[in-house]
Formats: sequence, structure tokens, C-alpha cells
Amino acid sequence: MIHSLFLINSAGDIFLEKHWKSVISRSVCDYFFEAQEKASTPENVPPVISTPHHYLINIYRDKIFFVSVIQTEVPPLFVIEFLHRVAEMFQDYFGECSEASIKDNVVIVYELLEEMLDNGFPLATESNILKELIKPPTVLRSVVNTITGSTNVGETLPTGQLSTVPWRRTGVKYTNNEAYFDVVEEIDAIIDKSGTTVIAEIQGVIDACVKLSGMPDLTLSFVNPRLMDDLSFHPCVRFKRWEAERVLSFIPPDGNFRLVSYHVNAQNLVAIPVYVKQNISFFESGFSGRLDITVEPKQTMGKIVEGVVVTVHMPKVVLSANLTPTQGTYNYDPVTKVLAWDIGKLNQQKPPNLKGSLSLQSGAPKPEENPSLNIDLKIQQLAISGLKVNRLDMFGEKYKPFKGVKYLTKAGKFQVRT
Amino acid sequence: MSSSSAFNDDKGGSSSIGEPEYGHDPASGGIFSSDYKRHDDLKEMLDSNKDSLKLEAMKRIVAMIARGKNASDLFPAVVKNVACKNIEVKKLVYVYLVRYAEEQQDLALLSISTFQRGLKDPNQLIRASALRVLSSIRVTIIVPIMMLAIREAASDMSPYVRKTAAHAIPKLYSLDPDQKDQLIEVIEKLLADKTTLVAGSVVMAFEEVCPERIDLIHKNYRKLCNLLIDVEEWGQVVIINMLTRYARTQFLNPNANESLLEEGTEKAFYGSDEDEGKEEKVEAAALVAKRKPYVMDPDHRLLLRNTKPLLQSRNAAVVMAVAQLYFHLAPKAEVGVIAKALVRLMRSHSEVQYVVLQNVATMSIKRRGMFEPYLKSFYIRSTDPTQIKVLKLEVLTNLANETNISTILREFQTYIKSMDKDFVAATIQAIGRCATSIGEVRDTCLNGLVQLLSNRDELVVAESVVVIKKLLQMQPERHSDIIKHMAKLTDNIQVPMARASILWLIGEYCEHIPKIAPDVLRKMAKSFTNEEDIVKLQVLNLAAKLYLTNSKQTKLLTQYVLNLAKYDQNYDIRDRARFIRQLIVPTDKSGALSKYAKKLFLALKPAPVLESPFKDRDHFQLGSLSHLLNAKAGGYQELPDWPEVAPDPSVRNVEVPEWTKCSSREKRKEKKVEKPFYSDSEGESGPTESADSDSDTGSGTGSGSEESGSESGSEESEGESESDKEEEEEKHKRKSKSRAKKSTQESEGSEPSSEDERKKPPKGKGPKAASDSESEEEEEEEESSSESSESESEGESESDTDTRMKQKTCASKPPPRQPKKETEMSLLDLDDFEPTPSPQVTPVNNFVSSSLVTDLEGLSLSDSALSPAAVSPASGPVKSYELLHRITGEGLSVSYCFSRQPFSHDPHMVSVQMQFTNNGDTEARNLRIQEPKLQSGMRIAEFPEIDVLPPGETVTMVMGIDFSDSTQAANFQLCTHTRKFFLTIQPPVGELMMPVFMTENEFKKEQGQLTGMNEITEKLTLGETCQGDAAIVQRVTSTASLSRVPCGSEMECRFAGKTVTSGSLVLVTIVTREQLVAQLTVNCEKMLIGTMLVKDILQALSQ
Repeated sequence: MIHSLFLINSAGDIFLEKHWKSVISRSVCDYFFEAQEKASTPENVPPVISTPHHYLINIYRDKIFFVSVIQTEVPPLFVIEFLHRVAEMFQDYFGECSEASIKDNVVIVYELLEEMLDNGFPLATESNILKELIKPPTVLRSVVNTITGSTNVGETLPTGQLSTVPWRRTGVKYTNNEAYFDVVEEIDAIIDKSGTTVIAEIQGVIDACVKLSGMPDLTLSFVNPRLMDDLSFHPCVRFKRWEAERVLSFIPPDGNFRLVSYHVNAQNLVAIPVYVKQNISFFESGFSGRLDITVEPKQTMGKIVEGVVVTVHMPKVVLSANLTPTQGTYNYDPVTKVLAWDIGKLNQQKPPNLKGSLSLQSGAPKPEENPSLNIDLKIQQLAISGLKVNRLDMFGEKYKPFKGVKYLTKAGKFQVRT
Repeated sequence: MSSSSAFNDDKGGSSSIGEPEYGHDPASGGIFSSDYKRHDDLKEMLDSNKDSLKLEAMKRIVAMIARGKNASDLFPAVVKNVACKNIEVKKLVYVYLVRYAEEQQDLALLSISTFQRGLKDPNQLIRASALRVLSSIRVTIIVPIMMLAIREAASDMSPYVRKTAAHAIPKLYSLDPDQKDQLIEVIEKLLADKTTLVAGSVVMAFEEVCPERIDLIHKNYRKLCNLLIDVEEWGQVVIINMLTRYARTQFLNPNANESLLEEGTEKAFYGSDEDEGKEEKVEAAALVAKRKPYVMDPDHRLLLRNTKPLLQSRNAAVVMAVAQLYFHLAPKAEVGVIAKALVRLMRSHSEVQYVVLQNVATMSIKRRGMFEPYLKSFYIRSTDPTQIKVLKLEVLTNLANETNISTILREFQTYIKSMDKDFVAATIQAIGRCATSIGEVRDTCLNGLVQLLSNRDELVVAESVVVIKKLLQMQPERHSDIIKHMAKLTDNIQVPMARASILWLIGEYCEHIPKIAPDVLRKMAKSFTNEEDIVKLQVLNLAAKLYLTNSKQTKLLTQYVLNLAKYDQNYDIRDRARFIRQLIVPTDKSGALSKYAKKLFLALKPAPVLESPFKDRDHFQLGSLSHLLNAKAGGYQELPDWPEVAPDPSVRNVEVPEWTKCSSREKRKEKKVEKPFYSDSEGESGPTESADSDSDTGSGTGSGSEESGSESGSEESEGESESDKEEEEEKHKRKSKSRAKKSTQESEGSEPSSEDERKKPPKGKGPKAASDSESEEEEEEEESSSESSESESEGESESDTDTRMKQKTCASKPPPRQPKKETEMSLLDLDDFEPTPSPQVTPVNNFVSSSLVTDLEGLSLSDSALSPAAVSPASGPVKSYELLHRITGEGLSVSYCFSRQPFSHDPHMVSVQMQFTNNGDTEARNLRIQEPKLQSGMRIAEFPEIDVLPPGETVTMVMGIDFSDSTQAANFQLCTHTRKFFLTIQPPVGELMMPVFMTENEFKKEQGQLTGMNEITEKLTLGETCQGDAAIVQRVTSTASLSRVPCGSEMECRFAGKTVTSGSLVLVTIVTREQLVAQLTVNCEKMLIGTMLVKDILQALSQ
């Protein structure tokens, strides 16, 4: 399946290569560079590139291109999903997935890749299994290893590999047993010029951080489970139980993991937490434009909207901006043509406003299009859909765990058209 | 190598005891200059007896490999360490070995003995990794050793080692394809493996080595289906893709008979229960001449059912695999479930989006309806990458139809203002496609595009011109002013393609603009030499056409242009000029052709069809690389066409039931989950699916069902033997013709333990409904002497056992060679199922029979959906209402009734059966519905127009109305060729719902969630005639389209249904207190419906 993998940084250097079958010359990447050149942005590089003898399937993540070489038919999503899994594993092991961290830990990376694929077919992709085989680097461990001569590599088959719960290893022990759940919801919306909602959806995820000893069996129930319409589960969740009772029942993996992601029933109206009044206009004469944006809190359910950032991708002819914000700071980058206005907390009484003039390149025709605004925001302690966790029960272990649930609402792809 | 110093930091700690001079910048220098020396040092370290030094050296060597530096000269030094005690050193040596063994084959052989020893190690991890490395060393000489190792490992105790063996198979195969036969033996052995760990890997090996040996799958098919959910996600993808291909060769096309679609799919469920399908088909073919109902193979159903939960997987590849399986294999009516999951994937990474959108684009051409509800999810954000935007646009265009086109065009309008010009161009193309496919908006689109002609961006204008040209070709006469407008544009537009398009248009329609055309030619003649080739060709065309139509004015001009072209640099243009001259300019030599010049040049050209580039891409298996590239990738396995006749299904029967235990994970699940839910969900489909007979055994996953169906007596679990008993009992009962109630209790007594058995009764409802056609229930009971109308419980349990029995018989032997007695039995039973040959054929019979089918459909669906599924209407008299009296209708009378059938085209519609009778003496023509005036949210699916209704004739039509869960009337006009009638249909509240099948437990659970405002309770006094269970059931079911929920107590009757539009549950409970006093409780999310229903039921019961 997956023949080889090349990691390429944004400068176009191949800084890591790994082959699972016979070696393929790195010159195959030239086809990729060609495609990269054609594409205006890294996001526009086609994920699948066909070359005379191979197919290149690549993902772009954290400023690194993961380019895999395929020789025969394979579902493209299979490879794409796997590459993302690799990136996530790096993140998990090194705290970040970056060129520097990969280079720093090149041996571990190599060992990981060796374990994750055998002959190009995925072998172990569960973080828990891998962590037993190859221990994540810590300063303490490397010191200890140097002194004692012990290794980073497990000598026995990870327990998960054969167990029926491959995502959890046995013999987990904590002194403080705790289980935290973050319910994070994102509002994806398109608001049109007049302020009416073209489309609004809520996507949610429940991320968990579970540090419990032994083999706990958890049941998470909700006050209003029916809000969750379309779900995808971590493999640990018992599907039938959900179908029958609408409770999440699972033996959790150890550590951080995403329990479910869900989509809120489309029939429920989505509360849009902010209202944006905007007026951006360009004038033919004098090569200038005006900009006036006001952000008001709308349906916030009594919570404070914070972390508000408005980003505008200006047309190319906009040279500079001379604006006055009543709150927060703004920054216009004349190279990328991005105007970012960092507002912070929204004030109920005095809605923040950004106003001023834009200067355009002289001689150029006035832009016909108006840029759309991308809004970013956060609301703590609120799941905008109204989803509420009812309770968390634990079976199978005796101790009393510390439990916590946190809610957070964020703007996802929240766009205001002008 | 800017960060190469950082690179070494991780070893910083350990290298401090090593030689500090290596600490920095080891490999960044030229390989050729200083390398030799450094490599010497590495060799020294490797030769030392300190593990830490060895480790350090290996780490640096691996780092070199990772960066693609050559380290092959270290081979001898490294290979010595293959037997090193330190496991990390060993692993790194393995990494090195696998990388360079191919280049240094002789030296690599030194390591083989170590691996051979490792293969015998008691530690399974070491055995496995020894096999892994051994099989990864691409040295042909060791092929026999590898073969031996793989064989041995394939029967290893540890499943992990067996998995590794499966991985090794393709490696060996690629090294030496001659080993194929031997490898297939190993694959066959491993395919029989029952652990989930091995399943994915061995199927992978199968796909790489012998994908054509589909026969190896037969015996493992059911096992694979049942294990699927517990296989790791990557294996799932491979297995699902393989099974898709397998199913295409083994089963019949569920959508083969489009005309029979509605029934076909329903039948599918019906038939899905047993292999009896086949034999039934044979017999049915004799009985029902020429109508071959499609019957889905139970194994086909098993696959669909077991893959469905995987749509919820977090792994996009798995979801896509299931989606393509459903797209290629499922009956049309069921494919819809994948839309939601695919739309969900669009929120994933942009690469995932890209692939998913490609597939959605293909699917949306074939099955537009599937994605229509998700239209808005394809709206484009300015931040999407261009390639995603274009794909979304493609999907939006595919989804456009008369009803949503205005919304889509409004969206397109915003897109046109985008800064991304490539995207704008694509949008213009999309508008063009909408305009060609939807006639109503053609003018609007055209006007919009014409406005774009004044856009400042040339690309936009050019694209618009090209699209307008195509649109105008469809109806040029009406648009001469647009053509004129475009003629003016030649002065400004510079994009060659656009200029060429304009010139072509002018030439083609020069008769509409006789004054302007010659002038344009004049201008073009002036600039001819500076034009692009493509424009020049069109100038020539224009000249030729004008010469033919208006030679007076343009003769000289044409000659001039032809002369210019004669000396053009491009030979195409010279050729064209020569050709045109010969053709149009009459000379004495000019041949016969010139007579036809006008015909040649001014023939009517067919309007272009603007097609989606994704059309017909579905001949590639969706989700595959080949589909994405729209070209066959190496190793792609064609998706075979469905066979005409299904191959023998008995090949999948397994001799020895190996399903004695379910996989341990299933056990775990089972243990944790309270049984009822499992058995409920599985049991629901009990009689309809062979697979489910096993669910009785309590194995929560419905696994191994087939085996229980096969003759294996020994391993049968209780459930099966119980059902055997039951079966005999049943025979008994039939003889003694016991009364209804008694037998209910009896049968319940006979199957006391398992929850799901109790669930079965309602299933019997279907058969019953069919058997006694529209006879009412009371009658039915009295009539119990007749074979076809059995008492309720008997009907139930009988159908149950029938199916089982038949399944048994045909599982054990191929249908034709069935013992006679058995056949007779099933024939008798068939009568219950097959309404057509039954004696009481009535006009409504067809309906009811298909209702039976839907019954079963509901059941088998419900099993996988697990939600209470719709069960077909309970029997009962159908009330008919008058819609148009024959006096007001001038001879035409119309009556309607709510047939309580699911409306086939749209499950959210109530189907209304209308009967048109022509009592007049002239024929009525063109009966159709016009201008429905509907409340918001309501929709009407009109019946197809009736061409002629001769006097005295009666015609029945079915139309669908979505009342959107309100009792508001639907108003519309009925038109004949002479008159219009304003008509109104107002549904009784009871018709706004459809029955839902539920168990008592489910019912209570649902009821528990619908309390408070949603619960209405009323006391009532039962009417004189309304006493006893049966009467109440009859009254309620005739008032509202509900189905009865089985319940233990005699004092209670429960009914369940859901509203047709929104699917809100409607639960009705009637508790009889004393003689005539009862209490009615209605639980419904929709309070209004609840209240009205209470009123109606009260009235019905107190009469």
C-alpha cells in the first residue's frame, strides 16, 4: 500500500524519508514540487498527484507536507487518514508536530513509522499500544537511560495488541484518579449582507482526559442527548448502547482522546452569539475606501463573549488602512492583505467599533468585490446547542474518581458576507 | 541543514559520555570528504562492547538513513550486532538491515540464522519481529526460508504472530510471484482464522496476491461480515472494499427492475429473511406469471446490516468504504443513509473534503435526492481552497432542480463577486449548466450573464461569453439583441476564446443581425494578422457564412480574408482557407460539393449539452484511487456487473459451525449492555432475516446466524432448539386449531426466557394482515378454521417458524432437491405470504400484500437502525371520502381514501388513494392537478396525468401529500380538458401518522421521555359495542394509523406510531379499569396532534 513517505518543509527541503518496501528515489518528489508551484497556496496542492509510475498522496499539516508514494490502487482516504494519524502521533509524542521536533527526535520518529506500517499496511496506530512499544521522550528518561543503560523500547508485546480493548493498556495506575470532559462546540455560519443567516450549524466534540487506574467502565449520560444528531465515535464507545439508550458507555483509553464528535440536529435553530454591522465601500475617486464594523453581542445566553477577532481578507488593491478601534487593536498586513482586529471581550453596553479609511493603489480600478469577514470568538461555560452532561458513572473500579465537565463555544467557520 | 545542531540534541544527554567531538554536526558535512573518517569512528563504536555506544552509533546511522544519506558501507559493522541483547539496538539494526539488505545480499545472509532463532523465541513479540524483518529482506535466495517461516507462523499460537504472517505474504509474493500457489494455501488457512486481529491483514494479503480467487471467500463470508465491527479500522476498509466486489459477483442487483422498484425494495426485505427466497421465486414464477419479484439474498442483507454502524466511525476511510458499499450494493431506498455521514466528513481536513467531494459529485448525479436535504452544507466560504470551492460548486450544480434553483442562483450571485477569479469562472460555467438543465431559469441566467459582460475583469467576461454562446445556441431567434450586444464587445475583449465564441455566434446567426455582421467582419479583416489562431479560424468561418448569405456586401471582404489566410503561418488556417475557397467561391472547376456549401455551413447545429465531468464516473468503484483520477490505477480490480442469475448461495454455508463463541470483544460488550437492548434490536428482525434466528441465542451481535440456520445440530444454541420445539408445537396447534388467546399465552409460555421472543408477535401482524386481506380482526378470529386466516398468535409464531423451517430446508439442501413433504409445507406457508393465489382476492389485495412486505421491511430495517421502525398499517376498513360529487363534477366523481401505505416516492408524505369515476357520457381527458394552494411546509406529489377516462370507467391513482403534521387542508385544482374544480383534502389526525413497531420496553422508555406537557390522559366510558380487547384494537387502528404494541397485561392496549412528516412518536395507551371504564393516555411530542388524537379516539371508543 504505502510505499514510501517523504516529509517536506515549506522551503521545499525533504527532511525525512522512510521506505517500507524497496527504496524509491526522492526524485519522485519533483512531481510534487511541480504541482506545488502551480498551486497558489499550500492548501491548493491537489492531494492526489499522478506521475508516470507512482501516485503521490499528500497532506499539508502544521507547515509540513507529508508526501506518500503509492504504486497500486488504494483508497485515497485510507492514505490521507493514515497520514493525519501519523501527524497526530507526532503531536502526541513530542507535544507539537513541527520540523524541529521531528528532527530532534528523528530516531523515535523512525521507530514509530516502523511500527505503524508493515509493508505499507497499518500495523499499530493506537497511541496506547505505540507508547508501550516506544516510550515518549522525556528529559528524565533519557538521563536515566544513559545511566542504567535501559532502553526506550518495550520488550514485550503491548497488552493492548491482543486485548479486546486495544486502546487501553493494562496496569494503569494513578494516585489521583481523574476524568475530565470538554464539550467544545463550534458554530459554522454564513451570514449575508443584510444580517440574515444563510446557513448555521453547530459541530461539537467531546474531548476527554481520563487518568483512571485499572479498567474503569464509564457511562456518560446527557440531559438532552437527542440534540446530537450525527455522531462519530471513538472505537471504545459501545454503539448499540448509544442507539438503545442514548448514553455513552465505554472503557476509556488512557490519557487524552476524542470521545465523540457530533453534529447538532439541523432542526434546532442556532443561536448566533454576535451581530456584526459592517459597511465596507470603495470609491472610484481618490482611490480610497471606508470601513465601519461594529460587533454586538446577540444571543449569548447571559455569558460573556470573549476572544473576539475579526479577520478581513482585503482585495489586492488595498494598500493600507487608517482605522480607529474603540476597543482592542487592529493590524493590517499589506503583504498578505489581511486586516485583523483583535477585540477581546465584548462589551454589552458599548459595542466595539472599528472605523476609518482605506487607501487604494492609485490608478487601479476600484475592487468590485467586498471582502467577507471571518469572526472568531469564544464563550466559556456554555455549549451553544444547550447540550448538558447529566452524569458520569464509573463501574468496574472501587475508587472514587474526580470528575469534571467543561463547556466551551467557539466560532468555527463563521463568515459574514458583505 | 540549518537545524542540524538541534537535530542532535536528543542524543545530547547520552552522547556526553561518548565522544564529544561527534556531538555536533555529524552528517551535515559532505558525505564524500570527511565521511570516511567518521564512518570509521562509527564502526569503532559498533564494535565496542558497550551497549550505550552501540546504541549511540545506531541512532546516528538511522538518522542518516532518515535524511536519505548513504550509510551502506557500514553494513558489515552493523550486521554483526543483529544478535545484540539490547532490544533498542536490535531494532535499529533491523531498520538498517531492511533498508540495505537488498544492496548487500551476501552480507545480509549472515543475519538469517539470528532470525531463524528468533522465530522460535518464546516471546511472541520477538517471534513476530523476527518474521517481520526476515520477510522484509528482499533477497531472493532466502525465499524458501521465508516460505517455511510464513507457514509456521500461520499456525502460531499467538494471533499477533499470525497477523505478522499475513503481512509477510504479500512481501514474499512481490519478491517471487512463483510462490503464489503455496501462498494461496496459507491465505486460505488464515482466512479461516477467527480472530479480528488477523482478519484485516489476511484480506489485505488476499487482495494483493489473489484477488481473483473469490471462491476462497465463500466459506468465510459470513464470518467476515460478523467480525467486521471489531476489526481494527484499517482492516475494515480493506474488508469492506473486498466484500463490495464479492457481493457484486454473488448477489442480484437490488435495483434491477426499476419499474418494480417500490415493491422490489419492499420485497427485498421480505425475502431477505430466508433462502426460501430462491425457492419461493421458482414457485412464485409459476403462480404469478412473469412477475419475478426481486428477493434479496440474506447474505446480501447481512452485509448491508453489519456495515451500517461503521458509518459512525471516526475514520474517514471507513465511512467512505461503507458509503461506497451502500452506493454500489444497497437498494435505492436505503442508500440515503450514507448522505449524512458523507456530509459529516466534509468537516474534516481539507484533503478529506477533497476526496469526499469528488465522490459526492459522482453520487449526486445518480442519486440527487440523497443530498438535496444537505444542500446548504455545500455552500462555499471564501476561505475554502479553490479546489474545494470548485468541487462544491459541482455538487451544487448537480443538485439544482426546479425547486431549489432560485436559492442556488442567489448563492451563485455572491460567488461571482469573489476575489478568486478561477472560482468565478467556474461559477459562470455552473450557471450555464443550470440554465441548460432547467428551462425555467434559462432567461434569468442569460440576463445575469449578459450583465457580467460589463464586468471589469476580462476573465469573467470571457467566461460569460463562452457560456452565453452555448446558451444562445438553444434559442437564438429570441435573443438577437444579446447577439448584437456581444458583437460590440469584439472591440474590447482580448481573450481569444471569447473573441472566437463571439465571432462564431455572429456567423451562425448572421441572419438575425444582417446589418452588424458585415461590419464585424470588416473590423476583423483589419486586425486579422494580429489575431490568435483560434480567432482566425472563426473569422474564416464568419466570412464563409456571410458570403453564403449576403454575398453582395461581403464578397470582397471574404476574398481579402481568404487571401490573408492563404499566407498564414499556421497550416491549419491555410488549409481551412483553401477548403473554404473551394467550397464557396464558384469556379468552373468547383465540384459537386459547392452546391451544398450552404447546407454544410449553415446546417442547424445541435445545442451543446453541458455535462458534469463526473458523469458516469461511477463505473469505477467509488472511493478508489481510480475513481479519483478517473483513470485505471495499477492493480485496480474492476467492479463486476451484477450477475443475471445469482450463483448458488449454499456455497457460503459452513459445514461445522465455528461460531460457537463470539469474539471476546463482543462478549465484553454483551456483558456490559443490558440484554434487552441487544436482543431487542436483533430480535426485531427475527423472522425476516436468517441471520437473526441466532439472536435468540443471546449473542448480542447477531453473529453466526447462518450457522444456526444450517443443519448443524450440535452447536445450536438454545434459541434454535427452542424454535424447533416451537415449530413442532406449532404444527400441533395447527391441527387442534386452538383459539387465539389461548395460543398466545401458550406460545409465550413456550418461550419464556428470551426477551426477543416476546417481540416477535407483532411481526406476525404482517402475515396476518396479508392472509386475511382486508377482513377485520373480529371476523378473523371467528374464521379461524380457514388456513389463511389464522388466529393472531398462531399467525405470528407460525410465520416465525415457517421462515425458520424454510431457511433450514434450503440451507441444508439446494432448493430443487428438496424433499417433497417439506416443499408442501412451505407451499402452504407460502400462501400466508403470497397473497395472489389466495382465494379471497380483492381489489385492495395488492395493497395489503405489499403492506405485508413493508411490514417486513420495517422490521429488517429496524434491526440495523435500532430506532423504532415504521411498520405498515394495521388492517382495518378504509374509510372513503368524497372529493367531488358527480353532479358538481358534471359526471366526474372522485373519492379518496387514506390507504395507509407509505408513499413510495417520499416517506414524508401521506399517500392518498383517489378513485376517479366517469359517470357522464363523454370521456374526460387530461385529468391532472394544478396550482396546489398549500400552507407553508406542505407539499403535494401529484399523480401522473390521466389521459383519457372513458364514460363508465373507474381509475385509481395515488398521490402523496405532506401535510407537515397539521390537519390543515390541502387545496388544489383538479383540471380536466374542459373544466377546473377546486378541491380540498383534509386529513383526519389519525392519518397523519404511520405505525411504528416497538416492544413493550421500548414503548415504556419512549413514554417515559414524553411526559408532562406531552402527555394527555382522559377517562372514558367504553361504548356498548366496544368491549374486549379486539374491539378496542379495531376501533383505535381504524381511527389512527397506529400499530399495536405487544403487552403482557390483558387490561392494557398500547399502540405506537409516528407522524409522517417529522417522525415524532405517538404513543397511545388504553387501560380498561372496570366493566366500561377506561383510561386513555396519549403521549406525543406534538401537543396539538396529541390533543386531536385524544378527541378522535375518545369518540371512536365511546360510540
